[in-house]
Amino acid sequence: MVTPRLAVWKLASCDGCQLTLLGCEDELLALASRVHIAHFLEASSAVEPGPYDVSLVEGSVTTEADRQRLLRIRAESRTLVTIGACATAGGVQALRNLADVEEFRSVVYALPQYVSTLDTSTPVAAHVPVDYELHGCPIDRGQLLGLITALLSGRRPDIPGYSVCVQCKLRGTSCLLVTGAAPCLGPVTRAGCGGLCPSYARACFGCFGPADGANLPAMTARLRELGMATPDLVRVLRTVTVGAPAFARAAAEIEETP
Amino acid sequence: MTHRSRSLSVAALARVEGEGAMRVTVDGDRVSAVELNIYEPPRFFEAFLRGRGHTEPPDLTARICGICPVAYQMSACRAIEAACGVTVDGALADLRRLLYCGEWISSHALHIYLLHAPDFLGYDGAVDMARDHRALVERGLSLKRAGNQIMTTVGARAIHPVNVRLGGFYRAPARAELAELVEPLRRALDDACATAAWVGGFEVPDFTHDHELMALVDPGRYAIEAGEPRTDRGLSFPVHDFERHVIEHQVPHSTALHARLADRPGRYLTGPTARYTLNHRWLSPVARQAATDAGLGADCRNPFRSIAVRAVELVYAIDEALRLIEAYEPPDRPAVPVPPRAGVGHGATEAPRGVLFHRYEIADDGTVRTARIVPPTSQNQAAIEDDLLRFVQQRLDLDDHRLTHECEQAIRNYDPCISCATHFLDLTVDRRP
Repeated sequence: MVTPRLAVWKLASCDGCQLTLLGCEDELLALASRVHIAHFLEASSAVEPGPYDVSLVEGSVTTEADRQRLLRIRAESRTLVTIGACATAGGVQALRNLADVEEFRSVVYALPQYVSTLDTSTPVAAHVPVDYELHGCPIDRGQLLGLITALLSGRRPDIPGYSVCVQCKLRGTSCLLVTGAAPCLGPVTRAGCGGLCPSYARACFGCFGPADGANLPAMTARLRELGMATPDLVRVLRTVTVGAPAFARAAAEIEETP
Repeated sequence: MTHRSRSLSVAALARVEGEGAMRVTVDGDRVSAVELNIYEPPRFFEAFLRGRGHTEPPDLTARICGICPVAYQMSACRAIEAACGVTVDGALADLRRLLYCGEWISSHALHIYLLHAPDFLGYDGAVDMARDHRALVERGLSLKRAGNQIMTTVGARAIHPVNVRLGGFYRAPARAELAELVEPLRRALDDACATAAWVGGFEVPDFTHDHELMALVDPGRYAIEAGEPRTDRGLSFPVHDFERHVIEHQVPHSTALHARLADRPGRYLTGPTARYTLNHRWLSPVARQAATDAGLGADCRNPFRSIAVRAVELVYAIDEALRLIEAYEPPDRPAVPVPPRAGVGHGATEAPRGVLFHRYEIADDGTVRTARIVPPTSQNQAAIEDDLLRFVQQRLDLDDHRLTHECEQAIRNYDPCISCATHFLDLTVDRRP
């Protein structure tokens, strides 16, 4: 059997999702014996040219240079997997999409003319076809290992589209919405974290993005009943997955009809 | 060495966090300029924080860096709590220090074993190194796991922990949960002591700098989550005066701002070597022994020895975590309330890579009016460039390939965190006749 060649790439992001791969402390060396790591700058200075069997792409597209780089990565990759909220939804930096980037640039940089950037932060799929997506800010280690194992054995990765609620039930966490303890986004948020925040008595804030078929109108109505104020509701939908269409639409609707 | 024009280029520096490049200009036999080009795209955190709720910056700024999210959370909490007139102390402050120890352990183990040691042993990366030195790499991964276990237990997850909030935590761990960390940490302490002796024996170039060293100082204990800025040349100031003393300025070749100390000649450096120089007297006995075993003295001015300092801090962070766990009594409540109050607050903590400063101005309606973040890597850029200039100057007889390789190694001494700084590395050497 030919050893599959793996590449890991970074666009605009925090490095946390690719760090998840290095965070597989128990599995990393076993994995390295099954795949050939051909390009992974954070881990190795050995950089090999494509083609690659699998490319994991972290980060969002915020510069023309990165957009061009992404086109080259796609052309050299048999399977392209986006990893994390930046690559799948534009990340927290997609908050610029709602703002005046010229003004943003002048707030952070005294000499904005030296800084080249696009007006928007967009997900990878807005530019090239994507084969699989791993959501989360950051991605879940178990999901990453599951995806790589599936690709190695030639089967479709099992990435859940259901909501965080399912994982809370499996974990035996009392529902924060039922008890009224906290304004939780779990019912509309994709599973993957394992129902982490509710198990720490914290409301889910949507870092895995919208679940399949998420009912946002029902969600926002319930959050209002729990006393959540309009600005807070808009802000929680506009956090690390601000660019995810279901959340973006719901936030815009709330703003229009306060 | 004949006078000739040379031009070297590395597409992207490896085993650093984030993306950037380096340009070296050589005029005949003299290096005229070294520029670190940080091209990591800007993400405009300080701009989009405006208008967010006062409780949000710890979660939002964590996303600046996946390797040191706790540092961002802690500096943000301290700054906003200061603005709101709230002090967090007792068991909650101890839990914060414990969580931060977890991040130091994980980050230092990552840098020592996966990013930096391959340079000293002659490998492209840890996976290659594992073919010949499997037990060593496994020891590094095991140390990293010990740090991650602390972050998972206290913070709920190792990257972007979700259990941190203004005033403390969403849920305070039970004594029994922390007790499960003791066994792995005791093994990690032995591994860390062995690490210090191992990396202390690495052969390093004879190279020193004369920069002013700046770190937080928290008298009585090694500064991590609190302290006041001080330098080895006698400058000290309260955190709320940080912006009067640290002046940021923009350079054309970088999306990261540079920094200098106001009214001080020369450059300054923050990070493990500065921290060690200003704080080593407060190391625990086992960490002090590790420093002796690693061959460290009263200060550290050779950037190539930074790996030994990280190893000593690794020992200290594990030892300190064990002490905090032993002394832990769960707090009465997981967090103290932090109601918003109009005002300005400043916060600084010691991220694994150095002093991380935040300042927030909170508006009457409880939202963020302005935000300012000064990360360690941007503070260090000027000192790194100056060191590299002198480093290259001493090695102009090397061929381009070898010189490029050594420059990359030299840059890794500083463990630059480019996602943080961009606000680096593709190496170009321009040799002009």
